[in-house]
Amino acid sequence: MLKYLFAKNDEIPAGSATIFFGFSSIFWFVVGTGLGSFNAAKLAFPDFVTGTEMFAFGHMRQVHVLAVIVGWISMAFGMTMMYMTPALGNTKLWSEKLGLWTVFLWNIGLSLGLILLWLGFTSGREYSDLIWPIDLVVICGVLVPLGLNVWLTIAHRKTQGIYITNWFFGACIFMVIVVFTVGTAPELFSLSGLTEAYLTFWFAHNVLGLWITPVAAAIAYYTIPKLTGNPLYSHRVGHLHFWAIIAFYSTPASHHLMSAPLPEWLKSFASVEGVLILIPAVAFVTNILLTMKGKWSMFVENVETKFSITGVMLAIPLNMQGGFQQTRAINWYVHGTGWIVAHAHLALLGMSSFLEAAAVYFGLQQMLRRKLYSLTLANLHYWFFLIGFCIYWISMTIAGLIQGAGKIYEVPYIDVVVAEHPYMIARWVGGTMVFTGNVVWLYNMWMTAREGTLVPRGSYPHEMAYDR
Amino acid sequence: MLGFSMCITLFGPSNDFRSGVSTWVGLDKQLSIGRVVGFSYEDPTVSGAGKPVTVILDKDPQTGAAIDPPQRFYVYTAGTKFSPGVNHTELLGPGVEELSLQKGKIDQADISRGAVFTVSKGEFNGEEIDYVENVTATRGWDPQRTLTAAGDENSRYVGKGKTIFISEGCWWCHTLLPEQTQDWQMFGAPPFLGDFNGEMPTAFGSDRKAPDLLHVAARNSSREWMEMHFFNPRLVQPNSIMPRYDYLWGKVDAEGNTIDYAKWRKEYTAYLNGESVYAPEVPKPAANSEVRALVDWILTTLK
Repeated sequence: MLKYLFAKNDEIPAGSATIFFGFSSIFWFVVGTGLGSFNAAKLAFPDFVTGTEMFAFGHMRQVHVLAVIVGWISMAFGMTMMYMTPALGNTKLWSEKLGLWTVFLWNIGLSLGLILLWLGFTSGREYSDLIWPIDLVVICGVLVPLGLNVWLTIAHRKTQGIYITNWFFGACIFMVIVVFTVGTAPELFSLSGLTEAYLTFWFAHNVLGLWITPVAAAIAYYTIPKLTGNPLYSHRVGHLHFWAIIAFYSTPASHHLMSAPLPEWLKSFASVEGVLILIPAVAFVTNILLTMKGKWSMFVENVETKFSITGVMLAIPLNMQGGFQQTRAINWYVHGTGWIVAHAHLALLGMSSFLEAAAVYFGLQQMLRRKLYSLTLANLHYWFFLIGFCIYWISMTIAGLIQGAGKIYEVPYIDVVVAEHPYMIARWVGGTMVFTGNVVWLYNMWMTAREGTLVPRGSYPHEMAYDR
Repeated sequence: MLGFSMCITLFGPSNDFRSGVSTWVGLDKQLSIGRVVGFSYEDPTVSGAGKPVTVILDKDPQTGAAIDPPQRFYVYTAGTKFSPGVNHTELLGPGVEELSLQKGKIDQADISRGAVFTVSKGEFNGEEIDYVENVTATRGWDPQRTLTAAGDENSRYVGKGKTIFISEGCWWCHTLLPEQTQDWQMFGAPPFLGDFNGEMPTAFGSDRKAPDLLHVAARNSSREWMEMHFFNPRLVQPNSIMPRYDYLWGKVDAEGNTIDYAKWRKEYTAYLNGESVYAPEVPKPAANSEVRALVDWILTTLK
């Protein structure tokens, strides 16, 4: 990779940035879920690795969260943008070299940020824990170059219209730059008090609503038609999804602060907009599932379709929960409990990670022009991922309901901790299964790059997967 | 559409926040915590450097006159950056701002000389409100002499304590925001609008794996209990899943003796196995240890 950083743009093989982004994202997924499993072990068995500041839960949790969000999820997004945007515009990536620089700076900045967090250098604000110098690296070194590459590739497209996926990519990068800058503003300008709290949660929610879930959905708009060979069921519904997200999903942040003395109109506004999220959600899920018409056998046979459709189906409970749990009637019961942890993992580990895993599987095979090394290992990854995730999600949902009951019926807190103990162990088991599956995945992809069967031009690797 | 929706939720609330009048809690918090908690120029390693010291005085260090009841003063030694409300007085809210400037003379505070502040009561439009008083300007108190007069036993390292709370990630499990439910009866009343003026970060927390701490000192104000709990939570609560924070003690205890952690753990294991009746004694923390600051913050601010 290093030799390409200073090479001429034309000398860099197309798809290099995709490949480096892809492997980096899988690497960070292994790191992130490994840390998650480690943290879960600490919650189940508090005397597991003690006596040092470095491995204390308070230091490790934020490293887990940011390794997954910035490392795995966002890098998988970078990867998909590097190959989907040119493919959909029937053109080349605007600058392969800029793409390589982006992935290079991204890895350096993220490693630096995570090490600093690990040592205790933190801004003390949830989900924007990175200190502001690192935030500036993320904005200037990562998001803006990524955006430039995507926007200019779209601008230089050789097709007439802009496909829905590219609408999302272009808009979401713009929005994430705005969201990230606003989220960093309290630190840059010493904003304090409720303003600071509100902007922190504005960031924490919008990074999900305007970056993680819509880009994951955009990926499905590409992968499912590509894999099945069916055209997208409806572009109109796709545009309804896009504009509904832009209108409704940009703001429901203050539901995180229902108990804080924020203006009441703001809390109500957030609740109403939160429920309106059901519109893009229903549009997205129906659109993708109807695209599968006549090709449902691929859900069983084809590993990328399996991952994609699982992700899309997990969007149903995700948006149902998300839409309603922020209404005051439900929020008072579940807020701050394990239910929310389960919900957050449903969004990140469930819906979006499954969709991204499919895109990374597909894109890496496509760009390496190699057939997957082992389909068995890929299926093993899928089942470890799905079962591990389900154990995690179900156990944390139950734990959250127990905690909510404890909160409402004024049970002494320690009794809730005792009641939650079995679910904490289940959480650790589930998280460890996901981690194991990802290690298998990294091995499988590494071997694909080294030893996978070469795919001739004109055919897709996934079509060859079943050739004997 | 995006712009419209974002503007409503970004600029709309700021008008409401701005009208918030600082409560006593808000003034006390920001003056005792100092400018920023988290990463900043003054404290790049997030170790609690450059924070003011809260002292509780029953005697005027300048004149020797008695102060009854004892009052809190916030000592900013020379070079310590002032809290947000002192630099940006509009943060204090209408009324408090006017009184703090006219009667409190906070605009005369000088970083190079340091200053001592306190929260005083005054009248504004017929209502009694709290305002910030720059005692250095109004009564001529010298920061260094005030610290000496108070002595260590009356000093509270609140700002440093909050920094430790943030950098150790305590707020990943303990929220600082009781829910608007029956939670009030367990964890105390929810905060008011002016309680957060000038505080940064607010560290509400969104996930509660452990009790809410906003009013914890009102429920349990024992310093000994806090120290045992931080050293090894299972000494006082066998079912706790809180991590051990024994490393906050540092290398030496209050008498300057080196703390032998290996020996402590061996004795603790023997106690767990039933080989000894009592758990080993928790070392007394040194005055400059991180745990002292953390306990000071909890007992002083979280009431």
